[in-house]
Amino acid sequence: MEREVILSVRDLEVSFPKGKGRFIAVRDANFDIYKGETFALVGESGSGKTTIGRSIIRINPTSKGKIIFEGKVINEKLSAEEDRQVIKNIQMIFQDPATSLNERATIDYIISEGLVNFKMFKSQEERKAKVVKSLAEVGLLQEHVTRYPHEFSGGQRQRIGIARAMIMEPKLIIADEPISALDVSIRAQVLNLMKTLQEEKGLTYLFIAHDLSVVRFISDRIAVIHLGRIVELANTADLFLHPLHPYTRSLLSAVPMPDPISEKAKELMVYTENLHDYSVHQPSFVEIAPGHFVWANEPELEQYRELLK
Amino acid sequence: MEKNVILSVRDLVVKFHVRDRILTAIRNISLDLYENETLAIVGESGSGKTVMTKTFTGMLESNGFIAGGKIFFEGRDLAAITSNKEWEKIRGIKIATVFQDPMSSLNPIRSIGSQITEVIKKHQGKDGTEAKQLAIDLMNRVGIPNAADRFNEYPFQYSGGMRQRIVIAIALACRPQILICDEPTTALDVTIQAQILQLIKDLQKEFHFTTIYITHDLGVVANVAQRVAVMYAGQIVEYGTAEEIFYSPKHPYTWALLSSLPQLGIKGERLYSIPGTPPSLFNEVKGDAFAPRNPYAIGIDFEEEPPFFQISQTHQAKTWLLDPRAPKVEPPVAIRDLHGRITAILKGQVSK
Repeated sequence: MEREVILSVRDLEVSFPKGKGRFIAVRDANFDIYKGETFALVGESGSGKTTIGRSIIRINPTSKGKIIFEGKVINEKLSAEEDRQVIKNIQMIFQDPATSLNERATIDYIISEGLVNFKMFKSQEERKAKVVKSLAEVGLLQEHVTRYPHEFSGGQRQRIGIARAMIMEPKLIIADEPISALDVSIRAQVLNLMKTLQEEKGLTYLFIAHDLSVVRFISDRIAVIHLGRIVELANTADLFLHPLHPYTRSLLSAVPMPDPISEKAKELMVYTENLHDYSVHQPSFVEIAPGHFVWANEPELEQYRELLK
Repeated sequence: MEKNVILSVRDLVVKFHVRDRILTAIRNISLDLYENETLAIVGESGSGKTVMTKTFTGMLESNGFIAGGKIFFEGRDLAAITSNKEWEKIRGIKIATVFQDPMSSLNPIRSIGSQITEVIKKHQGKDGTEAKQLAIDLMNRVGIPNAADRFNEYPFQYSGGMRQRIVIAIALACRPQILICDEPTTALDVTIQAQILQLIKDLQKEFHFTTIYITHDLGVVANVAQRVAVMYAGQIVEYGTAEEIFYSPKHPYTWALLSSLPQLGIKGERLYSIPGTPPSLFNEVKGDAFAPRNPYAIGIDFEEEPPFFQISQTHQAKTWLLDPRAPKVEPPVAIRDLHGRITAILKGQVSK
């Protein structure tokens, strides 16, 4: 069955001015996100994972390539109506619930701001009903609408952030490290909530994270990004079973697992770019097995094919 | 092998004055720390892990005070020390701390070298050139490439991982007997985290110090710890060797912490999540503090605080479930065979 692509990123490059030149934060990024799936973008700080997310919601301008949402290129000048559609349909959940909510606004205001901007209600009653409904969906109560963000715990604030995104009835949600700032006991709650909402509403997630172990549980496919370049992209199961690129393998080896036997036996793999010799054969992003892409040159591909046998 | 106790906490109670009210952050903790071991302290934020270890170096905030109990170290009671002069003979010299954020524990406007030599000069009485040589040796030892060249650089010229290495170098400059690592890798990337954890382990072998790790990450605990203390609401609720805590935990809170780990999640299933929130420590806690969130709670949990039950020589848990009169309860399925489950997950053999 051919799956419907909701978002395509083609040859994307994002650069920032740096001194007299430019610093390229993301280069040659290529991936598709299918409708209804959770696609994870995993990398370390400075890898460009957040930059990609931010360029999809058009906070960061792109310097090359295309971002195509529902068949329409969105990283160029759009008509006012198209622009509104994109804003409504792609929403974001931020990392730190302590800084992403307006401290001086009530929950009612925070959650309905998008509704007001897009006039998504006919009467005040309808607006209020929508706010209460979306609060209920994330497990908060009607009486919370008059309160301020500081009256909530970290986990509750993240729920407010999720409700604010959900009320717009988006198609794609970009979640940038949504659980990293939360306490261990709250993480499970927020992940479960995101999962439930996805099933109920048929949402698509782009989940940005640095922790492969969290991503394994939540995502269908994973792209690993290192210094602005996607080095490997595969189904979650394939990536964990057959990690090919040495950077993916070093990331996997670094994730601490809650299991003393395997932790104490494990050997750390350290990745440096010197592992690659690209002086003769140039690397490219190749589909080495169905749905499994890796950034490699011909001799490396040879090696990787052996690994896959 | 007989283990020597290096530090011993007895019935420690720590309280804070907060806006005319009293908050009890540490409620009666007793703990022995053995020479040369690595003890991990785990718990949610607010459980008191940091507050407890701050009493070992006299670093409680000014509104906090030790309301009871003793901390024995080298034949004296640290809880009785009141003068900062006295603390200066212990803090940093005998017991040193590495904090979470390396950017805020280094002085941004002084060179790396001068921050290390300051400590060496002050505590070891070395002169300038000797201190510099010692500092460069230490920088080499914690894995700073071209240490001599980078001696005069500033913190902003170092990456997060390199800065944390410097903080560790400073902490070790006085050869402390105890190193407290308070979430030392939480602000770092996973690959850097793995390197720092390895570094601390290597240094421990070389310098023979005792390590206390404070962390909320059970993966880190599994990696570093020989013994684990699980904290909840200002108390230690379970102690044991790492193997005992991970493979045969007895306290329902430890069960809950382990079961809610995303690392154990199976795609398509819900993760276990702990209902409710920890109790407010402004009020007196009646019974077992975890009881309201505990699906295994029994009547007495709400009435009376449980004592510690001894499970093995090294393993204790503070839960009524271990009382012979309590109903028999099995830990949740997800964590019954943790090693087997994780091995299977890593091999991709677990599915819905």
